[in-house]
Amino acid sequence: MAGLVARDVSVTYAGVGRATEALSGLDLAVADGEPVALIGPSGCGKSTLLLLASGLLAPCAGDIAVGGEPVRGPRLSTALILQDFGLLPWKTVLHNAALGLEVRGVGRVERRERVAASLARVGLAEFADAYPGELSGGMRQRLALARALALDADLLLMDEPLSSLDALTREDLQDLLLELWRQRGHTSVLVTHSIEEAVFLGRRVIVLSPRPGRVTAVVDNPRMGETGYRETAEFYERCAELRRLLAAEGALGPDAGPARPGPAEEGAHPATACAPEASS
Amino acid sequence: MTGWRRKAVGYAGATVALLVIWQLGSLAVDSRALPGPVPALAAFAGSFATELWPHLVSSSWRVLAAMTLGTVLAVPLGLLVGRSPRADAVFAPLIFLVYPIPKVVFLPVLLVLLGLGDASKIVLITLIVFFQLLVTARDAARAIPPGSVLSVRSLGAGRADVFRHVVVPAALPDIFTALRIGTGTAVAVLFLSESIGGRLGLGYYIVDAWGRLAYDAMFAGILAMALLGVALYELLELAEGRLCRWTRVGR
Repeated sequence: MAGLVARDVSVTYAGVGRATEALSGLDLAVADGEPVALIGPSGCGKSTLLLLASGLLAPCAGDIAVGGEPVRGPRLSTALILQDFGLLPWKTVLHNAALGLEVRGVGRVERRERVAASLARVGLAEFADAYPGELSGGMRQRLALARALALDADLLLMDEPLSSLDALTREDLQDLLLELWRQRGHTSVLVTHSIEEAVFLGRRVIVLSPRPGRVTAVVDNPRMGETGYRETAEFYERCAELRRLLAAEGALGPDAGPARPGPAEEGAHPATACAPEASS
Repeated sequence: MTGWRRKAVGYAGATVALLVIWQLGSLAVDSRALPGPVPALAAFAGSFATELWPHLVSSSWRVLAAMTLGTVLAVPLGLLVGRSPRADAVFAPLIFLVYPIPKVVFLPVLLVLLGLGDASKIVLITLIVFFQLLVTARDAARAIPPGSVLSVRSLGAGRADVFRHVVVPAALPDIFTALRIGTGTAVAVLFLSESIGGRLGLGYYIVDAWGRLAYDAMFAGILAMALLGVALYELLELAEGRLCRWTRVGR
């Protein structure tokens, strides 16, 4: 069971000179095995929400629970996939994929077996001895996925995992993400800036308000996951609906867009103004 | 051409170029104090096994011991200080105050306190290497992208895991650079300390030969010291190649 529940969650960051309220009274419930996409203007606290769910950050107020248990630190079967920094350049593909298992004390033999399977699953088996610096952007993202698969994660938290990829590689990986979800049925929370990606990979698309982030709309997307959904009229309708909602948030104006991340969105190690980070 | 062959050819070419420049310089200066490569190399070959060898061994031991000691002491402390704001608050002011002081001025003090033997030289070089590496390791640890740490911590890594999997490997290339630069400083300080106190070591040998106006022998000593520096540098290069393989892939 890996449903995610956030109740009345607020987070304030201690900035230089002034505090920034990233989330304010956010309520969210993701059912076990449900794929959800989070979308909203830059700096709306989407990344903060993932840090909370992964146990790397403690909320200033409110509760976060995964699988019915309050989150008090990194959970064994939660995987967090970040846009750029997930991989360690000094470790080979094999070691990168095995890192989670190694940290958790899984024995060498079992580690090797599970990593070999997960690398094969994402099509990187023959690159086991390469370093991340030798891989293309799409392959690196596959490696980050392999690491999550090796952990046998039941909750996948993804922070704009595909935003640095070119359009073709991106669709390719979207297909892979969908396929993995269809096979494994894990709970999936995807933060994205792309409307099409949100509709393709979220059975519900949750729209957040500008900072401080709150849930302002939820778009139901029941046909997500059907074969060929990307080509249907309904897919386009959903995208158009989402675009209207975001425009109403002011997220599509000249000031919006992924090029201007807020302080809380940069993947930096954040310091909250209210409380220290969750214990490591 | 393989890497090794290319390297050997490069070194041979550089050696020949240096010898030619040396010969030309010696001809231009036309002084007994700057003998050409032929008499110097002859003196080097003639005295290596007998006179030079014990001095070379002594100097090598001192510089190796000091650099090892300095590294072992400075790197863990520097990484720790770089990663912990609390430790940094205590140590950073201390480092900033002490680092710019030229440690070499303490040579007379060390000679009085520790005598003319190995200890004074080793301590002085250790001190210099220590501070160079401390500053480098601290900066390297501070420059680690927070995302790298975050992603490893999200896997359930504790402090020790983060050090082992992120902080140490991330800082290694910078530490090797500091060590290679430190080699030059270490050998220079070695020369100075040996030339002032004691009767063993290449520094002593060079200055002693100078005093006896034995310029060929002096140059044999200089060659030995240069060799020591080159050997140290190559040793570090080799170790870095082993330990930092990822920095060399795809180039």
